[in-house]
Amino acid sequence: MTVSSNDDRRRGRGRGRGRGRGQARNPEQAGQAATAAASPTAPASPTTSASASASADPSASAAAAAAAAAADAAATAAGIRSAGRKGRAQPKAPAPASKRVRRQLRAPAATRSNALHPGAWWLWALGLGTAASRTTNPLLLALLIGVAGYVVAARRTEAPWARSYGAFVKLALVVLAIRLAFAVLLGSPIPGTHTLVTLPELPLPHWAQGIRIGGRVTAEGLVFALYDGLKLATLLICVGAANALANPARLLKSLPGALYEAGVAVVVALTFAPNLIADVQRLRAARRLRGRPDKGLRGLLQVGLPVLEGALERSVSLAAAMDARGYGRTADVPPTVRRTTAALTLGGLVGVCAGTYGLLTAEGGTYGLPVLLAGLAAALAGLWLGGRRSLRTRYRPDAWGVRAWLVTASGAAVAALLILYASYDSASLHPGVVPLTAPTLPLWPAAAILLGLVPSFVAPAPQNSRKDHNSRKESS
Amino acid sequence: MIRFEDVSVTYDGAAAPSVQGIELTVPEGELVLLVGPSGVGKSTVLGAVSGLVPHFTGGTLRGRVTVAGRDTRTHKPRELADVVGTVGQDPLSHFVTDTVEDELAYGMESLGLAPDVMRRRVEETLDLLGLADLRDRPISTLSGGQQQRVAIGSVLTPHPRVLVLDEPTSALDPAAAEEVLAVLQRLVHDLGTTVLMAEHRLERVVQYADQVALLPSPGAPLVLGTPSEVMAVSPVYPPVVALGRLAGWSPLPLTVRDARRRAGALRERLAGNAYEATGTTTAAATATAGAGAAAAAVLATEGATATAPSRRPKLFRKRTPETGVPTPHPTAVVDGLAVRRGRAEVLHDVTLTVAPGETVALMGRNGAGKSTLLSALVGLVVPAAGSVRVGGVEPHRTAPRELIRHVGLVPQEPRDLLYADTVAGECAAADSDAGAGPGTCRALVSELLPGIEDDTHPRDLSEGQRLALALAVVLTARPPLLLLDEPTRGLDYAAKSRLVTVLRNLAAEGHAIILATHDVELAAELSHRVIILADGEPVADGPTAEVVVASPSFAPQVTKILSPQKWLTVSQVREALRAPEREEGAEA
Repeated sequence: MTVSSNDDRRRGRGRGRGRGRGQARNPEQAGQAATAAASPTAPASPTTSASASASADPSASAAAAAAAAAADAAATAAGIRSAGRKGRAQPKAPAPASKRVRRQLRAPAATRSNALHPGAWWLWALGLGTAASRTTNPLLLALLIGVAGYVVAARRTEAPWARSYGAFVKLALVVLAIRLAFAVLLGSPIPGTHTLVTLPELPLPHWAQGIRIGGRVTAEGLVFALYDGLKLATLLICVGAANALANPARLLKSLPGALYEAGVAVVVALTFAPNLIADVQRLRAARRLRGRPDKGLRGLLQVGLPVLEGALERSVSLAAAMDARGYGRTADVPPTVRRTTAALTLGGLVGVCAGTYGLLTAEGGTYGLPVLLAGLAAALAGLWLGGRRSLRTRYRPDAWGVRAWLVTASGAAVAALLILYASYDSASLHPGVVPLTAPTLPLWPAAAILLGLVPSFVAPAPQNSRKDHNSRKESS
Repeated sequence: MIRFEDVSVTYDGAAAPSVQGIELTVPEGELVLLVGPSGVGKSTVLGAVSGLVPHFTGGTLRGRVTVAGRDTRTHKPRELADVVGTVGQDPLSHFVTDTVEDELAYGMESLGLAPDVMRRRVEETLDLLGLADLRDRPISTLSGGQQQRVAIGSVLTPHPRVLVLDEPTSALDPAAAEEVLAVLQRLVHDLGTTVLMAEHRLERVVQYADQVALLPSPGAPLVLGTPSEVMAVSPVYPPVVALGRLAGWSPLPLTVRDARRRAGALRERLAGNAYEATGTTTAAATATAGAGAAAAAVLATEGATATAPSRRPKLFRKRTPETGVPTPHPTAVVDGLAVRRGRAEVLHDVTLTVAPGETVALMGRNGAGKSTLLSALVGLVVPAAGSVRVGGVEPHRTAPRELIRHVGLVPQEPRDLLYADTVAGECAAADSDAGAGPGTCRALVSELLPGIEDDTHPRDLSEGQRLALALAVVLTARPPLLLLDEPTRGLDYAAKSRLVTVLRNLAAEGHAIILATHDVELAAELSHRVIILADGEPVADGPTAEVVVASPSFAPQVTKILSPQKWLTVSQVREALRAPEREEGAEA
């Protein structure tokens, strides 16, 4: 509690000061303030401001601080030079617009109402992923991983889905290790001269030409595999970052009405995986109580059936609960609308197929695009009409605000700049391995990647976990 | 509001109807409690109100059920969703979304309420249930009582006129249960909601009911009446009613307060032989012959060390009295145990000793570390500090095969222990796991619960029967230390008293028993010693009579009624009342 109130106070005062300075820059008000400051009551104002800003009420302290700031500004304007006042006035020398903008931009504490749209996180992560797919420069890739990791560290919550980031990092390491192991065992097509070790080579029959098991392991081949694996790993980490930052259930709320119920089914199915793992752990523990070994593959197999039974039972009772809570209630729609919906959706999908075929074959160049577009339009209209059957309303859907645009734009900018740079100077994005050279950090792409850090400043900051923990203690 | 007209339900493949001839009318704004032994079809009756029976479960429903004028035959559960809110036994299987606020809004979203209405109702419900601090929390991180409140809140937001609850307080500690019941009380009083609720723990709920509907036995017709009328004839009744029946009070008291006002005469009758029956000797009275005497002896010395100023060095004085008592071979010794989950310390500096033949009750709120302590005793969790020794071995370093000869645990969900598809198969597996002679386990099953067929599937057993089977499986290896985690969840009073008898006999044979429980009546009935855990630390440890009497939330009803005299259970009172009669008889 104390933490947050402190924060409020500081912010309140800060805002107040900003406002004060704004007023002071207005000549008329400055003049007024100057007369106020010149009057005998003026010297008291710093002390009042200090005591008021220590009070917890942000609005009161903001007003008081504004008054103090106005007085400060007025003091300098009026040329009062008392030593004590000068000391106080100096650090507050006007640093106008830029600071004010920065204060407004400073991320607020995350609440339900200012939560960032999960789609924005995904677009941002996809932007970083696209950038990663454009380069094999290990320094740039490391920078991308660093950027994603920093944003996750700064902005992820303590929710269960946020913990998936660690799993994705581990998965990325495994992918990297597998890529390297393959390069060592199966050799590499990269010609190299720096032989590190020579493994015994498995002789293969002549029809298996081109495949090699064992043999020379060159530094060039390993470095190439490392770069390649790092690219994949970076992609995985970007996806993991999106997973950790965006709540999958919230993303679902943005689906069109006609698809919502299918979406709920998918999300419920996804939550089953963690439940299954918990069940397996519990039942393996129970094996120990029966005096059977609780480790090893056999133990895992023997609990399989009870685990599946449990999962099935849980899904049945969940289905009952969902039914009793009104899942799947539909509105009465006139039959004509129903038929139109079906016709539009089916016709649209056929159109999309035909259009795509037309685009891909040589002859269909003329009709391909129009048919594809018409099909898409019909399918979308079908979805929209289908949505009328669903009664659902949405509770506090996430708004796509300025911050969401900024986050998306930062991801898009990283991707776009790297793609542009790739057409301009491809060599520095793909450092050569033959001959082996140390990769250098190209300055402009690195600067572009750093744009990906924008979300860690503009996205709303999650609440302090310690406060959360305290409230948990109190309530339990 | 709710009308049952000659309703009977037969499930597919069942020979006889589960319930039949149900006639019930619940007027608007009443809280009706549905009671009866397990397996009489309480859940079926509840399901019929929301339409889940038979639309979801299958089976045939004869007769007619109407809710707010809607016939459940023509209305599917989803079409009743705006008038009936249902909360099942397990709140976790009720949740569709992942955070508290979304969960509260889910039902309203399905009904298509306007966004501003939803927003307002969510805020109101958050306040009504005291959930405002938890609004953004993921549901999986909440405690049991909090989850139950969220589940109730999630069906309240569409403003249903009927609320149907199946065992809402069974899994909760006494304080959390009171919290939930206070909310229900408020709904009935302030909003005029009609509540139909089934619950085994009558001592918690019976005083809140306007009417009680009793299903005395399977297939028997429903009895409806005021709580005291029904309690006079019911086969299931809370201790306060048992005491009232014993003392011959009429009308029967339902609350501790009513009973206290009438208990003056009873207290006087008991005064003569009451006071020496406190502390250590009460425990001795509950323990039966044989090794029970040994336990009593231990407890007596314990009492002595507790009262007499200790002459031991400071180091020892801090610990529980038992460590100071030279017991020849303690069954389990826990010394300075700490257990961590992630960075959280679930147990901190726990020290205790359990002697053969002693029964210890572990109590404390949900999440206090009771189950973790039991897990540590069977080696399921590794201590972060301190040591655990059971029968001279360290559980987490012992091979499972060897360990089951030292300690056995019946988990919260006894089903986890059962893998086979028949009772006979389960018993054979248990014999071979334990290396016992063939037939050992089967003999135990017959002893604990006569009348279980060999070819029954464990899934088809009732809760009490399943517990008995799991207990038999664990006992096959004859472990000197027996651990039970929440053994009375879902048990009716009959099954509970059978369990008490079985456990008393085991204690008399020299088994040490530790039970983690929220059930204060069970602890009073059974245990010699009570340990209360809070935030992973033992905050009270001593003879049952002393610990529970000192704490209002852990005191059983009989204690509250007869305080300041220290009685724990109805059976003690019965014994005490009988004793002078016997003396008189001997004199005459």
